Amino acid sequence: MTAENPSTDGKTPPSRRPKIVLLVAIIGIVAVSTAVLAGLLVNIFQRKQEAKNPYLRFVDVTADTTDPAEWGKNWPRQYDGYLRTANPTHTKFGGGAPSEAMMPAEKSEKNPWLTRMFAGYAFAIDYRDRRGHAFMLTDQESTKRTKERKQPGSCLHCHASIIPLYRQTGAELAPTAPPAEQLQKGFEAIGKLDYWEANAKLEKSGHKHPVSCVDCHDPKSMQLRVTRPGFINGIKALKAKEGIADYDPNRDATRQEMRSFVCGQCHVEYYCGPKTTLFFPWMNGLKVEEIEATYDNFKFDDGHRFYDWKHAETGAEVLKAQHPEFEVWNQGTHGKAGVACADCHMPYMREGALKVSDHWVRSPLTNINRACQQCHHYPENEIVKRVETIQDRHFALLTRAGGALVDMLDAIKAAKEAGATEAQLMPVLEMQRKAQWRLDFVAAENSMGFHAPQELARILGESIDMSRQAQLAAVSLKATLALAPAAKPAATAN
Amino acid sequence: MAVGLGLLLGLGLFTFIYAEGFSYFTTDPKACANCHIMNSEYDSWVKSSHHIVATCADCHLPHSLVPKLVAKTVNGYHHSKGFTFQDFHEPIMIKPHNSQILQEACLGCHGGLVHDMVAGSTTDANAVSCVHCHSSVGHGR
Repeated sequence: MTAENPSTDGKTPPSRRPKIVLLVAIIGIVAVSTAVLAGLLVNIFQRKQEAKNPYLRFVDVTADTTDPAEWGKNWPRQYDGYLRTANPTHTKFGGGAPSEAMMPAEKSEKNPWLTRMFAGYAFAIDYRDRRGHAFMLTDQESTKRTKERKQPGSCLHCHASIIPLYRQTGAELAPTAPPAEQLQKGFEAIGKLDYWEANAKLEKSGHKHPVSCVDCHDPKSMQLRVTRPGFINGIKALKAKEGIADYDPNRDATRQEMRSFVCGQCHVEYYCGPKTTLFFPWMNGLKVEEIEATYDNFKFDDGHRFYDWKHAETGAEVLKAQHPEFEVWNQGTHGKAGVACADCHMPYMREGALKVSDHWVRSPLTNINRACQQCHHYPENEIVKRVETIQDRHFALLTRAGGALVDMLDAIKAAKEAGATEAQLMPVLEMQRKAQWRLDFVAAENSMGFHAPQELARILGESIDMSRQAQLAAVSLKATLALAPAAKPAATAN
Repeated sequence: MAVGLGLLLGLGLFTFIYAEGFSYFTTDPKACANCHIMNSEYDSWVKSSHHIVATCADCHLPHSLVPKLVAKTVNGYHHSKGFTFQDFHEPIMIKPHNSQILQEACLGCHGGLVHDMVAGSTTDANAVSCVHCHSSVGHGR
């Protein structure tokens, strides 16, 4: 007996003590387990809640709700992404300033030939790298191109959420016309105004916002839709050329097509005025020479052949390319495979239980995992290297084409100074127009070659060839001119 | 004390049922999408070429009993831990061991056809894997 209870000095009966310890331990274990279980239960409950309601409509939005903050109350995830377009992003060749407060660099710092190419045009005085969507309107208001030069109201077609103003203006001008006609009327009327007049009108209408939700989404169903008259008219003309009559993208396009069409409302080549209403030159197709043919065949109201401005150094009637991302993407491997703009620039992401497309529209290079690795299962640095190889080669060729253009301009200038007449220079200046159009088309396109590397290299090859042809013609013209006056006095002496 | 233990047991049972614990003893693909994290995998599997012939378990678990139970236990633990604490890598990436299970599952059906291509090389670190090229036969993400 005593052998089992060796402790004899304690006051408590020795057999009671372990029992209390055991009891406390059990209570402790049960308490902790219960707490952990309850915690788990709450966690499971939380996760289940996440999987419910995709969104709640707190406020009603209509086709006239241009303020993105209103939409943001219903769709906060998309709105958050939209707001992030104010964040500066960088890639090797693209991107804005290191801070939001700073303006991006002038493009001519990297490509000094741009200033020569744009001689006599507003782009020679100010042409900066891009910033995000959030800045599209303020950047337009602060550039010297609108501050120091007169610009038409049609610039706002893409830099503001302007469709309600078009509709209102159209309704005032033609109260009985159908909505589509009113939209077109308003679009034409606002486009004709001076830029600052149109801007003031926009501010007064209460729709002064950069691109907004309503520009791409149907306010009832949230489905993608296109609203800008330039695109609606342009795609209609393009499809008519392909043999499809009366094409309406909002009725006839597939969902996947719409994921590019909404971007194609602005990221395209167009004529912005003021000599005629803004139009997308797609009547003959989307390739560089097809667009060129459209411009060459286009006559302004005064009967003059289409041109953007007269080159200040040579007097050539030249073309200005805008930013033909949609057209170039169409020629590239991703475009041909049916990969939409949004697939790479607004890839899907998970938030809670929801699959949302990232509304922080930006370079896929800043979001490789979601943008590229969805299809290309290679390490991230390998993908970056592949893209940069394409872009480095493209930049080298672009710089070479810029050099050829400058040499051509020098040769034409020299021929002019040597006394070449307008008639003599005519074929040379025509060649300049072609060479410059091709170079500008490629340089203005925002992908540093990536959207369609081979097509862009082909265009640059043509540009280099044409620049050199024009240079050669100018040099030999100058040489014949140099011989001619020498022969003249000799003839009179005889 | 009996009351306390009973309460714990009851709470535990409720949590288990609420979390659809019994579904994990089945091979129904819906069970794999119990947690919403697998929604897009499940949705795309429904539309994939393999959905008539293979469920999640057919490709992602070994085909013999003991390795299957081991893989289910180990993955079940990792999944619950990851989903509860939300501390996993995104997008989700398959672990090397599970990748091996997947490859063996491909060969389970297609082994006869591709024997000449993959013979002896499935366990190699650089071994060719079927899904490297056929990435969308099972599901997207």
